[in-house]
Amino acid sequence: MLDNSLSDEATRQFQICNSCRYCEGYCDVFPQLFSLPEMSAAQATHLANLCHNCRGCYYACQYAPPHEFDLNLPAVLAELRQDTWERHALPQALARVFHAHGVAVAAALIAGFALLFFAMAALRPEAGEGFYAYLSHNAMVLIFAPAFVLPLLGLALSLRSYWREIGGGWVTWADLKRMGGSVARMKNLSGGAGQGCNFEQGARYSNARRHAHQATLWGFLMCFAATSVATLMHYGLGWEAPYPFWSPPKLLGVPGGILLCLGTGALAWLKLRADRDLGAARVWGGEMAFVVLLFTVSATGLALYAATGTGAVPALLAIHLGAVLAFFVLTPYTKMVHGFYRVAALLKRG
Amino acid sequence: MSQYDVVVIGGGNAALCAAIEAAETGADVIILESAPKHMRGGNSRHTRNFRCMHQGPLSVLTGTYDETEYYDDLLLVTKGQTDPDLARLAIRESESCLPWMERHGVIFQGSLSGTLSLDRTNAFFLGGGKALVNAYYACAEDLGVTIRYNAEVRHVDLSEGRFTAAILTDGTRIEGRAAVLASGGFQADLDWLTRAWGPEAANFLIRGTPYNRGVVLRDVLDQGAVSVGDPTQCHCVAIDGRAPKFDGGIVTRLDCVPYALVVNRDGARFYDEGEDVWPKRYAIWGRLVARQPDQIAYAITDQKAQGLFMPPVFAPVKADTIEGVAQLLGLSGDSLRQTVAEYNAACRDGTFTPGVLDGLATDGLDPPKTNWARPLDTPPYYGYMLRPGVTFTYLGLKVTERAQVQGAHGLLPNVWAAGEIMAGSILGQGYLAGFGMTIGTVFGRIAGQEAAAYVG
Ligand SMILES: Cc1cc2nc3c(=O)[nH]c(=O)nc-3n(C[C@H](O)[C@H](O)[C@H](O)COP(=O)(O)OP(=O)(O)OC[C@H]3O[C@@H](n4cnc5c(N)ncnc54)[C@H](O)[C@@H]3O)c2cc1C
Ligand code: SF4
Ligand code: SF4
Repeated sequence: MLDNSLSDEATRQFQICNSCRYCEGYCDVFPQLFSLPEMSAAQATHLANLCHNCRGCYYACQYAPPHEFDLNLPAVLAELRQDTWERHALPQALARVFHAHGVAVAAALIAGFALLFFAMAALRPEAGEGFYAYLSHNAMVLIFAPAFVLPLLGLALSLRSYWREIGGGWVTWADLKRMGGSVARMKNLSGGAGQGCNFEQGARYSNARRHAHQATLWGFLMCFAATSVATLMHYGLGWEAPYPFWSPPKLLGVPGGILLCLGTGALAWLKLRADRDLGAARVWGGEMAFVVLLFTVSATGLALYAATGTGAVPALLAIHLGAVLAFFVLTPYTKMVHGFYRVAALLKRG
Repeated sequence: MSQYDVVVIGGGNAALCAAIEAAETGADVIILESAPKHMRGGNSRHTRNFRCMHQGPLSVLTGTYDETEYYDDLLLVTKGQTDPDLARLAIRESESCLPWMERHGVIFQGSLSGTLSLDRTNAFFLGGGKALVNAYYACAEDLGVTIRYNAEVRHVDLSEGRFTAAILTDGTRIEGRAAVLASGGFQADLDWLTRAWGPEAANFLIRGTPYNRGVVLRDVLDQGAVSVGDPTQCHCVAIDGRAPKFDGGIVTRLDCVPYALVVNRDGARFYDEGEDVWPKRYAIWGRLVARQPDQIAYAITDQKAQGLFMPPVFAPVKADTIEGVAQLLGLSGDSLRQTVAEYNAACRDGTFTPGVLDGLATDGLDPPKTNWARPLDTPPYYGYMLRPGVTFTYLGLKVTERAQVQGAHGLLPNVWAAGEIMAGSILGQGYLAGFGMTIGTVFGRIAGQEAAAYVG
C-alpha cells in the first residue's frame, strides 16, 4: 500500500517550494518539480527517488523548523524513498526487517559465517588448489549461484513494479547517457556548483560524502568486475583460481577492495557526524549495518589475500564468503537497493 | 566586561559584510545578533538575488547592465526621491561586489524559472538568502569573528560623543573602539508601525523577520542622530491574507490580481486591477488594500485564469458559483454577485493577451479595468484573500559616502551604518528588486573597511 500520509506531506512541502524556487540549482529534483503541471503521489515517489539526500535544500531553507511551514525535504523524501523500497520488495516483510534493523543484518551476517564454516567442515574436498582446497568449486557455485541470482530476480521484479508506478516509458540512448554521466560524477551530490553537499558539517558544504560514495561505488564495481572476470576465465579459458597478482581478477579486486574499504569506512564515519533527523531516522541502524557489512566484505577480502599461504586462510575464507553471502542475499532488502532505484529515477525523463 | 575593536550590531547581510571586511584586516570583531542561531540573518535570509551593474557577461549575469541604465531604473521607481551620489556609488560598487561575494562563499545560480526577465540585472543566490547568510557566517567564523546569538542590543552608548559600548537587553556591556549599526528597519515593531501609519497597521503582515524592531534605530535617533526617509512610510505589498504574521517570506506573494476582479469586505471593487503588468503594480496594492475596511481584499477569478500566474502557496477557495465563493470567503453573496454582474456587463469583445498590456478594457465601469478584462463566467470560481505585507520601513540614519553616521553635532567619529537601517539615505520611496542587498553589501563592506581603518 502506498503510504499516502508521506506523499501528502511531500506534496505539501513541494507546493511551498514551487512558490519559492530558491533551491532550483542544487539538484535534479527542483527543475523537474517546477516543470510538473500537477503533483501526484507517483510523481512524489519519483522525485523522492531522485533526491540524493544532499541536504542543501534543508540548510538553505528559510522555512525549516521551527518555522511553521516546517520544511524538511531531505527527511520526507528519505521516508518516502524508504517506503517505496519496502513497498515494492518481494516479500515486503523481509525488507521491513532488514532495512530498519541493524541487528537483523548482523544476525544474517553471523548466519552467513555459520553456513560457510559448516559447509567447509562438511564438504571439505579431497583435493584442490588455493581456496578450492577448503571448499570445492562446485560447492561454491552451489551456494553462491542461487544466492546471487534469486535476489537479483526479485529485485528486477520490484523495479518493474516501481517503473510502472512512476509511469516510466521506453529508455532511450540519451536517457542512458544522462544517467551514466550523472552517476559517474555523482552530480546530485555536487551541490550544483561543485561545492558539495551539507552532511557532516551542517550548514557548510563539503565534498567528503561525495568522494566517499564514489570510492565505495567504484570500489564495489571493481570488486564485482574482478569476480565476473574470474568467472569468465574459469569457464571460458579454463584458467582456474588461484590467480597471481598480475592477473585481471587481482588487478581489479585488490585496488577495488581497498577503495571499497576506505569508502565505506569514510561513509560510516560521516554518518556518525550527520544529523539523523534529515534522513529516514527510523532506518538509521539498518543503513549503518549495511555500510558495515560492505566494509566487512572488503576488509575480509583484503585480509584473505594478505593471509595467502598462512594457516589463517580457512577461517578468513569462511568469514569472507559468509559476508559475501549475507550481502548477496540481503541485496533486495537493504540500502543496496537505493542504487537500482536511483538509476531508475535518473533514467526517467523529467 | 570585554573590549573589541569593532562591534557589529545585527546579523544580516550588511552586518556580515562589515564584519568580514573588518576581520580581514586583523581587527577583533564581534557580531551581536538578536535572533537565535536558527533564525539568524534577518530579512537577508528571505532574499533571492541582488542587482548588479556589469559591463559584459559576469558570472551568471548575461549581457551588459551599465550605470546609466541601472540609475534610470532606480529613478523610475523612486520618482526621483533618490540621493544621486549615494545611489551612484552603490550602483558602481555593485560590480566589484559580485566577485567579492563569490570569494567569500556565495554561490550564484541562473535566474529562477519564471523570472527570466531578471537574468541580465539580478544575480540569484543558489539556495537563496539563507544560503548566502550561512556562507558568510562560516567565513566570519573562520576569520575568528566572535558571534553572539540571542544578543539584542537595547542601547548604544554614545554619551561621550562617540561609541563606547553596546548594552544588551540582559544588561551586558560590550565595549568596542568602533561600531557598525546594521540592525535593519523597524517594521516588526507593530506599535511603532501603528503610531507611524495609523491604527490600520495592526492588521498588516510582516513579510520578514520578527527581530527587526528598530530598537537600535530608535535609540540612536533619540540620542540625536540625523534621520532620513519618510517616517510614516513602509514598503508594503499585497500578499496572501492567510500568511503567518511574521516571516512568511517570498512564498506568500499573490500574483493573480491582473487576471482577477478584486473586491473589499463589502463586495465592492475599488481599483483598476489591470492598470499595468504585475511587477510594476504589486507594490501599490499593499497600500490600496491597507485603505480598505479591515485592511482586507478578495480576488476572484474563474477557470480561465488558472495557470496564468505563479501558483500560490495556499490553495484558493473554489466553488461552482459566485455565491459559493462569496460564502467560502465570508462575503455577502448578493453584493458579490451584483459586482460581478456589473463587471461582466462592462466587458467587451477583444483579444486577451496575458503578460502584456492588451488594452482589453471594461466599458463604462467605475473604477475601470483597463487590461485583461474578461468576464467571470467559467466555473469553477476561485477566491483569494489579500492583506498588506510589509517588507521594510523607509526611516533610516543619514550617512556619508563612507557610511559614517551623522550625529547631533556632526559626524560620529567611530560609528558607521549599513543596510536597511540607512537605506532611506538612498531610497526615498519605491523599491527596485534586488537593490536592498546591493545597498547592504556595498555599504556593509565600506562600513567594515572604515571601522577597521579607524581602529587599525
Ligand atoms: C520576503 C523578502 C524578500 C526580499 N527579497 C529581496 C531580494 O531578493 N533582493 C534584495 O535585494 N532584497 C530583498 N529584500 C530586502 C532585503 O531583505 C533587505 O534589503 C536586506 O536584507 C537588508 O539587509 P540588512 O542586513 O540591512 O538587514 P537584515 O538582513 O534584516 O538584518 C538585520 C539584522 O539585525 C538584527 N537585529 C535587529 N535588531 C537588533 C538589535 N536590537 N540588536 C541586535 N541585532 C538586531 C536582526 O536579527 C537581523 O539579523 C527582501 C525582503 C523581504 C522581507
Ligand atoms: S526547500 Fe525551502 S528554500 Fe528551497 S525551494 Fe523549498 S521552500 Fe524554497
Ligand atoms: S536533499 Fe539535495 S538532492 Fe534532495 S531535494 Fe534537497 S537539494 Fe535535492
